[in-house]
Amino acid sequence: MKPGHGEIVLAEGDVEVPEQEQELIEAFRRELDAGMWAAVPTATPGGRREAELVKSFDEVPRDAERVIFFPRAAGGAPPAAR
Amino acid sequence: MGLPLGTATVVLVVLLWELARPTFKRTLTRLHLLWREHQRGRIPAGYDPGRERRAEQRARALLRSCVSERDWAMYSDLGFLHVWGGLGDHGRGSGAAYAYLIYPHKPIVAYMPQTGELLNEYCVAFPDLTKPYGSSRLPDSDDVLAKWMALTADERRLVGEANMHLPGRQVDPDRVRRDIARLRRWEQQLAREPIQPGGGSGSDGLDPDNIRAA
Repeated sequence: MKPGHGEIVLAEGDVEVPEQEQELIEAFRRELDAGMWAAVPTATPGGRREAELVKSFDEVPRDAERVIFFPRAAGGAPPAAR
Repeated sequence: MGLPLGTATVVLVVLLWELARPTFKRTLTRLHLLWREHQRGRIPAGYDPGRERRAEQRARALLRSCVSERDWAMYSDLGFLHVWGGLGDHGRGSGAAYAYLIYPHKPIVAYMPQTGELLNEYCVAFPDLTKPYGSSRLPDSDDVLAKWMALTADERRLVGEANMHLPGRQVDPDRVRRDIARLRRWEQQLAREPIQPGGGSGSDGLDPDNIRAA
């Protein structure tokens, strides 16, 4: 997720192909080093949609379709609008 | 001849004014809000409305691909998401003691669904200080998705990062109560008319109140 742009594809690949997996790992590390959070959208067996925050590439489920990076949360309150 | 013509002209002008007045008022309000934001320095230099609109379209597509059809329909119809709290005795789900309303670029509001009592506001932001496209602010739907992902993945962490305030600091409590009532009506309607796969439950446009708030 990028301000002023929305979704940007950073890297694509198959984790079963070693070279592509390496590219995915590097992209993952780059984003985390830049201070982003990484989340994997998931669905429970009951069909409920959730997300899982991951801190390392090993934590990403092997069958995950995508990892979404977004700026880390910061407590903040802009001036009261009322 | 002159009198009827004059009367007709006056009536025509009044009618046109009545037709144009809502649009005129909305435009004035929008300009006023933009001016206020500009004065506060919250509109970044190089702000491009077209770029922001395209970004929001991409963000909506991403949000839609992550949440359930029901949640997407809720966001489309009502302009906010509802997430059950997961830290209580009953875990996350419809039996939970509390729930959250997620608004774009507004605090997350915690409340008790059984009574409608408002609990807290959690002020949280996801600023990208690199400002890659001239702004540090995510598109509205990305902001909602970021809150949704952080809340469903690690509620305790998000709540810990947020600044907690009593209800009413930033979000009008009356408006939240109205939204809770709207949500109940929406859920009742949904029970009568379930969502068709691939479609929303109703209009695909955001609630005008929430567009203005975003």
